[in-house]
Amino acid sequence: MTVEEPAMHPVGDKLPSLLQSGEHDLCPGCGEPVAIRILLETLAELGLSTSTIGVVGIGCYTAFARTLDVDLVQALHGRAPSVATGVKRMQPTKAVFTLQGDGDMVNEGLQEVLHTAARGENVTCVLLNNGVFGETGGHMTATSVLGQRTKTSLDGRDPDYHGYPIVIGDLLAQLDGAAYIARGSVQNAGAVARTKRMMHKAFETQLAGEGFSMIEVLTMCPTGWFVPTAEGPGYMGETLGQVHVMGELKTRRPK
Amino acid sequence: MTKRLMEGSEAMAEAAIASGCRFFAGYPMTPFTELLENFAEKLPAVGGVCVNAESELEAVGMAWGALATGARAATGSTGQGLSLMQESFSEITLAELPLVAFNMARGQGDYFQSTRGGGHGDYRHIVLAPMDITEAVGLTQLAFHLADRWRNPVLVQGDYLLAHTAEGVDVAAVDFGPVPEKEWAVDGSGGGSGSSKVISPLGIGKSNTPGPGIEGQQQAVAEKLVRIAGAEPRAESGFVDDADHLVVAFGTPAKFVRYAVGRLREKGLRVGYVRPITLWPFPGDAVASAAAGKQSVLVFELNAGQMIDDVRLAVLGSAPVRFIGGISTDHSGFGVGALLDVEVIADRIEGALDSGVAA
Repeated sequence: MTVEEPAMHPVGDKLPSLLQSGEHDLCPGCGEPVAIRILLETLAELGLSTSTIGVVGIGCYTAFARTLDVDLVQALHGRAPSVATGVKRMQPTKAVFTLQGDGDMVNEGLQEVLHTAARGENVTCVLLNNGVFGETGGHMTATSVLGQRTKTSLDGRDPDYHGYPIVIGDLLAQLDGAAYIARGSVQNAGAVARTKRMMHKAFETQLAGEGFSMIEVLTMCPTGWFVPTAEGPGYMGETLGQVHVMGELKTRRPK
Repeated sequence: MTKRLMEGSEAMAEAAIASGCRFFAGYPMTPFTELLENFAEKLPAVGGVCVNAESELEAVGMAWGALATGARAATGSTGQGLSLMQESFSEITLAELPLVAFNMARGQGDYFQSTRGGGHGDYRHIVLAPMDITEAVGLTQLAFHLADRWRNPVLVQGDYLLAHTAEGVDVAAVDFGPVPEKEWAVDGSGGGSGSSKVISPLGIGKSNTPGPGIEGQQQAVAEKLVRIAGAEPRAESGFVDDADHLVVAFGTPAKFVRYAVGRLREKGLRVGYVRPITLWPFPGDAVASAAAGKQSVLVFELNAGQMIDDVRLAVLGSAPVRFIGGISTDHSGFGVGALLDVEVIADRIEGALDSGVAA
């Protein structure tokens, strides 16, 4: 009996088609590359590779503006939804998305995303939510959960001192202009698969002209959370995941 | 085409549309409001879009997005609203997007904001300051041409009088030649080709086509601004050659000054004027040559003294420079006060000459 050599699949062969390079300088255990893979695979699978314009905010993920093989506009911190509005109004047949973190979307640019959703602007906002300012080194954001230790909430987020987190997906889902709002996660393989289906629906909503869509993806940030890399997914499930709960929050598409 | 009696707001919106502007976003604020109203009325008829933005921050962001697709796009407000846009103005300049912005200002207190900028970093906007609606129609169209030519924002500096008074004007499209090819614009077609684009103030480029980086991008823009400063200064002058005294003024007050100087000439006073049309680049050479050999240079502007800094830099001590303007507004704060009056201006000029001018 002979044993066949298992087929080799070099990592390079697994790169999404919409990447110019697999290189990045994000930390070990970061969830953002997985979320961006979901985004890129979705665009390719929906046949949008040559008809998509992205607008990228400011955060760790901004480094991907160099490597994504997608036409992009680099926006200011928080302002991507307005820039995407201008892009979409001039290029209405193209798929237009924003890529933002929680500091970008929920802190600096909360008004932008709220009004863009209320306007029913036919764009898809992608939020990478890790509940912390990762790029600056672990500071509290508007989505940091109660008890979460950051460099600006050293003993844990205290509602009496720091206030409460904003659960952005639930907030946006209340607006009439919002057609599809969902919250996924990349903490394990099942969550990734489920989030991918949500990403498809978000862009299908835009392609159908149904209105504003937003997909929030919970991403690990062990560096910004000050936890060991391997504990990132578990920590996220026990903390952020308990407040920002995974699921479809609003849809006009079949379940 | 025949002339039509039009309010400045309507004429400037029509001029922008005649230039090919197809996107406008703004937030209502007096005396800018009617410009927004006119874009809202007129742009859809030509296949364009006007968004009543939820704030000035969003208005400039929307214009940024429209510009990135290669469309001619504009925003505007009063100086107060433009204060809110300054962060984007800085970065749009570094991203080399051809924004046109209108400041329908309350008086002339925004000279520093327009020419120095309230934003961060090394940037300049070309600033065009029309004296009346006829000139505003031409300079609005020039603004779109210069923005594309230099890939640099251009600000049209208006005010309450330009916005709210009417003149008979002809808003025919001015032919500046073909619009430069916008090979940098994004239309989404580059994805997966290995040659997709990124429009960024950071000079980041793509893995396959690296950009100049932050330092290189900022240096390239700075070098370009030097070339603009050499190429684009504009000024108008009158009665300069035999004058003993020179008055410098810009915008709608300069038209009052021009008239006052003409009246003083009739009285035999040897006074001339220079009117900067571009506030940046400031026409320093024109001011310096007009000031050469003069006994005094008087600066009239409706603020506490802002452009006078540029006049002094141009004159470089070769003549005494004296301020004869001032803050002047009515109770509403819209900038049309008692100083904006030919008699008052003529008295101030004459008084400065009588008093023996000191720097």
